[in-house]
Amino acid sequence: MYCFTEVLYHGKNHLISCNSAEKIMFSQHNPLFSVDGSLSSRSQEFLCIFLCACTSIICCSSDCHCVTFFLNLHQHSFYYFFYCLQENRQFGSKMTDSKYFTTTKKGEIFELKAELNSDKKEKKKEAVKKVIASMTVGKDVSALFPDVVNCMQTDNLELKKLVYLYLMNYAKSQPDMAIMAVNTFVKDCEDPNPLIRALAVRTMGCIRVDKITEYLCEPLRKCLKDEDPYVRKTAAVCVAKLHDINAQLVEDQGFLDTLKDLISDSNPMVVANAVAALSEIAESHPNSNLMDLNPQTMNKLLTALNECTEWGQIFILDCLANYTPRDDRESQSICERVTPRLSHANSAVVLSAVKVLMKFMEMLPKDLDYYGTLLKKLAPPLVTLLSAEPELQYVALRNINLIVQRRPEILKHEMKVFYVKYNDPIYVKLEKLDIMIRLASQANIAQVLAELKEYATEVDVDFVRKAVRAIGRCAIKVEQSAERCVSTLLDLIQTKVNYVVQEAIVVIKDIFRKYPNKYESVIATLCENLDSLDEPEARAAMIWIVGEYAERIDNADELLESFLEGFHDESTQVQLQLLTAIVKLFLKKPTETQELVQQVLSLATQDSDNPDLRDRGYIYWRLLSTDPVAAKEVVLAEKPLISEETDLIEPTLLEELICHIGTLASVYHKPPSAFVEGNHGVQHKGLPGSAGSAESESPDAVSAGAATEAPAAVIPSQGDLLGDLLNLDLTPPATTGPLPHSGGMQMGAMDLLGGGLDSLLGGDLGGSPAMGAGFGAPPAAMPPAFSAPVSGSLYDLFDLDNGVGMPLGSFCPPKTVWLPAMKAKGLEISGTFVRHAGVIQMEMTITNKAMSVMTGFAIQFNRNSFGLAPAGPIQVPSPLSPNQNIEVSLPLNTVGPVMKMEPLNNLQVAFKNNIDVFYFSCQYPISVLFAEDGKMERQVFLATWKDIPNENESQFQIKDCHLNSDAASNKLQSINIFTIAERTVDGQDMLYQSMKLTNGIWALAELKVQAGNPNYTVSLKCRAPEVSQCVFQSYEAVLKN
Amino acid sequence: MIGGLFIYNHKGEVLISRVYRDDIGRNAVDAFRVNVIHARQQVRSPVTNIARTSFFHVKRSNIWLAAVTKQNVNAAMVFEFLYKMCDVMTAYFGKISEENIKNNFVLIYELLDEILDFGYPQNSETGALKTFITQQGIKGQLQTKEEQSQITSQVTGQIGWRREGIKYRRNELFLDVLESVNLLMSPQGQVLSAHVSGRVVMKSYLSGMPECKFGMNDKIVIDKQGKGGASDDAGKSDLGGGSGKQSIAIDDCTFHQCVRLSKFDSERSISFIPPDGEYELMRYRTTKDIILPFRVIPLVREVGRTKLEVKVVIKSNFKPSLLAQKIEVRIPTPLNTSGVQVICMKGKAKYKASENAIVWKIKRMAGMKESQISAEIELLPTNDKKKWARPPISMNFEVPFAPSGLKVRYLKVFESKLNYSDHDVIKWVRYIGRSGIYETRC
Repeated sequence: MYCFTEVLYHGKNHLISCNSAEKIMFSQHNPLFSVDGSLSSRSQEFLCIFLCACTSIICCSSDCHCVTFFLNLHQHSFYYFFYCLQENRQFGSKMTDSKYFTTTKKGEIFELKAELNSDKKEKKKEAVKKVIASMTVGKDVSALFPDVVNCMQTDNLELKKLVYLYLMNYAKSQPDMAIMAVNTFVKDCEDPNPLIRALAVRTMGCIRVDKITEYLCEPLRKCLKDEDPYVRKTAAVCVAKLHDINAQLVEDQGFLDTLKDLISDSNPMVVANAVAALSEIAESHPNSNLMDLNPQTMNKLLTALNECTEWGQIFILDCLANYTPRDDRESQSICERVTPRLSHANSAVVLSAVKVLMKFMEMLPKDLDYYGTLLKKLAPPLVTLLSAEPELQYVALRNINLIVQRRPEILKHEMKVFYVKYNDPIYVKLEKLDIMIRLASQANIAQVLAELKEYATEVDVDFVRKAVRAIGRCAIKVEQSAERCVSTLLDLIQTKVNYVVQEAIVVIKDIFRKYPNKYESVIATLCENLDSLDEPEARAAMIWIVGEYAERIDNADELLESFLEGFHDESTQVQLQLLTAIVKLFLKKPTETQELVQQVLSLATQDSDNPDLRDRGYIYWRLLSTDPVAAKEVVLAEKPLISEETDLIEPTLLEELICHIGTLASVYHKPPSAFVEGNHGVQHKGLPGSAGSAESESPDAVSAGAATEAPAAVIPSQGDLLGDLLNLDLTPPATTGPLPHSGGMQMGAMDLLGGGLDSLLGGDLGGSPAMGAGFGAPPAAMPPAFSAPVSGSLYDLFDLDNGVGMPLGSFCPPKTVWLPAMKAKGLEISGTFVRHAGVIQMEMTITNKAMSVMTGFAIQFNRNSFGLAPAGPIQVPSPLSPNQNIEVSLPLNTVGPVMKMEPLNNLQVAFKNNIDVFYFSCQYPISVLFAEDGKMERQVFLATWKDIPNENESQFQIKDCHLNSDAASNKLQSINIFTIAERTVDGQDMLYQSMKLTNGIWALAELKVQAGNPNYTVSLKCRAPEVSQCVFQSYEAVLKN
Repeated sequence: MIGGLFIYNHKGEVLISRVYRDDIGRNAVDAFRVNVIHARQQVRSPVTNIARTSFFHVKRSNIWLAAVTKQNVNAAMVFEFLYKMCDVMTAYFGKISEENIKNNFVLIYELLDEILDFGYPQNSETGALKTFITQQGIKGQLQTKEEQSQITSQVTGQIGWRREGIKYRRNELFLDVLESVNLLMSPQGQVLSAHVSGRVVMKSYLSGMPECKFGMNDKIVIDKQGKGGASDDAGKSDLGGGSGKQSIAIDDCTFHQCVRLSKFDSERSISFIPPDGEYELMRYRTTKDIILPFRVIPLVREVGRTKLEVKVVIKSNFKPSLLAQKIEVRIPTPLNTSGVQVICMKGKAKYKASENAIVWKIKRMAGMKESQISAEIELLPTNDKKKWARPPISMNFEVPFAPSGLKVRYLKVFESKLNYSDHDVIKWVRYIGRSGIYETRC
């Protein structure tokens, strides 16, 4: 029973009277209080107690005239509430801070104002507390700003802290008023008490108002050199705060150097905070040499590591992980000094130490004794992490998942600790299961299977499904166990638990693929459960099995026919599967099933509006009608085996993630760029050994890399099950063995249909050459195997309509994926920018990977550094059907609103369709902004070059570029970088070049090219030195292209 | 780094909200409430990403603590920090409850200001914090200059966990070796997995800055000494007493931050300056040669479709002079149980329908004894095809020894400046072994 009650109290004179059993009313004039008539008498009893309790509270807090209680509680909570109130009453006048949360009313702000200006200190403090409480709850109390700031000048530190808290929250909305506080801050920074000095500098850094930051510089400088370590460690963090507000100011004031000096401070905590601050600042300047890690600094850090707090150790270890040792000896000595951290009680310290070790281990030769010792040392702490609290266990397990993929040898004997406990939270259970599959081997498979079978009887549906799937994975991974796995799965099917059966059928299909012609005896059991399948994946799997083994199933035609009745209600996955299965059946038993096949073909081609289904239908139809023998070869072709390892993370990503052990990236298993905005910590990190150039790579690293790459073929996840025409199960062609064969088959199929599609589309549109081109590409480049070329041909049709072509001659960077389908509910956008004849074009490929059509496309840009904006609305022929993609070219202009972005060429885009609005950011090559009139007069060039101060000059190296100066000049001209003069000094060609950005900024360059030396040097001078980096990138891109 | 920290009650109302970074807006508070606290589903992950903002949360009774960030932070650190935050709050005002948080919200803000600066965790040792953040308002003005600098040097110093100038009339220390035995056994009595996770908790009341050295019967140390031939006399001053195994193999151990880890790594000696009062010195884990205090032998027989016969024998497996306490055996029953008759030789047994189990309690039991319970379970006939999963039989108990076989060999205290020696310190050692997850499948 719920009741909604509102109690309003007035003044101190009140009286309660119970009129009837139904209602409790207040005396005075109106019924201030009414209760739902259905309240039980017991709760009314309580209500009375409650009212009495209120009374006493109100009596004892004299300044509280009025209380409103909104109760929307379940009856039990109601009782409880009364109980609490009673408790409160027992305390009598001893009031606690919680009262600030409950008192609210309309004239509150006004009253608070009066109280804040009261003479009594206690009253003032009470009032500030009330303000903070309102602030916490989310009420706007910014109107009290001047009154609160007035309370700041006080000796009472508690009051001062409260005022500071208020200031941090509201200063930004009232910058002018905030200035009022500056004096007090500056004064406090001189206070004899170090705690107050630190408090002032700490708070000042949190007030993000430009005017205040100017005043902050002097006190901060003093505090960085303060005699007290507590002040210094606070000041170190304050530099990072200031940098976040105004990076330029920090550089100009030389705080960075002071911060660097603090790394040698005598106090370990100061060192740790300085490291933390520097690391953060360095992240936003990827190319700066801020965190200059050399052996001396490393030594200092390693010393501080032994002495500082647990948090400090984490900062230092995370910083150490960015260092690249010069050789294996240095690497070993660092490892030796980091290993003791593995016994720390703080799991974060342990994980950060593991990160450093995993990274530096790459440099160690594998035959070294120490390497083996280190491997052995890593296992116990990782296991110990599993006895931490569940949340940390989760973080640890996500990381162990990465570590096991990179170095399976570490934990190969520790299978038992990953057994799921009955009381583990579900997220821990699921992760443990993942690791169990990875560690499964011939040696331990019996135990693992026994465990998995236990899990399959648990309660949580997701967990049970995953356990069943895991059994299948074991069968595929450990061949010796396959038979036992299959019998376990059959046992599970016997339980008749719906989702268990469905999951089992899906994995059995995979087992059939791995071990063809071995376990077909179970088909009969599977067929018994046909009726209970209601999930598309399971239905599709079952249909596949029936089609594949049609000759062994007597009533295959009946079974398939039963599915056909509701053909249009099935999901695409099932429809495609059904179509193929019936064609297979027909090819195997042509006499009895002719009718069936015609039925399905007509359903697929005439009654369906799904282009995939239709296309597949047509292809089969034509195949069957022109050359049944060829059809047999195509449709019943031998399938490549599926690979052993499942769900492996791609090796390069894995390497990057290993460098991020312990962080969010390792929890999400995504690179930081996937979830972090701006460029905070988005630098790509790589492992030292393998990330280096080829010659520095040790032979072990190569073999290790090869070993991890080889089994990278993965069983497709559910998402991409659409697709493969031949029902090859969409194996991304990384397994090299059987691939050429299947590739050939695909080509054959396409040739057959080339002409057919032409006639179907009634076209002299040249469909077949387009498709030929689509297919000529090596299959490896087109992971979504079949759908891509098919929709590609469709796109070609549209393409002709639109008349969009690649502008010839001008430079066009390759398209990159801006918005992956995973993140945008199936919408994928990849694209690039080009400049052609003075117009900037945003070239996009929009792909619909969702199941439904997309319409209503629109695009918008956020404000950006050069005011890029769409010149018109985006033209997308909608609707865009599932699995279709389309090329769109959007002309841009540069008259939009301007805001400096970081990095400069960052563009944030909002893209809308009928499903949702999606946001992504991309970077455009700055060369699209180079104007056609960017050629400077020689004289002007000379004068300007001299005029621009030398600080604005920056130099870059372009490596491995094998062009002569003429070719380079021509290439650069294509992106509107004009060569003005050229001279040769000591066999070096010096090209002087100019370019002009659309917003009128000129950039001047000197390009040094030496014959025989593949390294070019570019010196850039520009009045706005921020652009240099981007310009250089353009140089590099175009010259290397 | 951490961008903000919020505390909610069970309804999702914010009790505390502290934002450290500009990239976290007010809407983050609501996002967490809507997507996690009010989510219909059970929590599927302690880390949630909502609109490019990551939320880490832990729950203590009805209270949610959430840390928010937009950066690629050290996730393990954030959770460690949240636990630490809970510890600090508990140390200041007891149980973490809505009422306590509301009553102490000013204090919490003050703590948050101190232990988290711009999202970077700072010194969070309660011992140090309590010297300058007090519930009675700050002592600020009353302190002398020396006191102030003592506070700051403690907060930032190498020994952040202990302050100078502690004095006791009686120097005393208590060592508790607390172990929990975990077991998973097959119905046939085969050990599927067993491990002990142990903790050494120390309560120290020592004057000055004492240097301590702790020794136990760690196999690596004993073997090393054995090889050297010179058996240290420290080994003879055996604090724990008793016999049993000479040494034990420790799989892994972790230490409180006061322990010098590099020294442990190189010499395997545990030396430290202890915090004052109670703290956890070390945690360890062993998997070899564990003394399993009890053996459970189940026998389940299905008599037809409506009756189950269960017989469970427990055997205590330790010295007859020792007594195990608080023994509880939990025998799960099927969901369709209609009635149960129990006969037990010792203790009390009851069928608890709400928990679907027979709970058998024995107050005390000496070593090398055996006891038995038998039960007849009547079942309602059902047409549910799903078989009863037969959850494992679990056990709880407490025994006065360490099942891992760990023994404290010595704990030496040196304080050079003050006038007391190792012999003057009164030392107490206690061993308690408890059941962790102690299950036998049936």
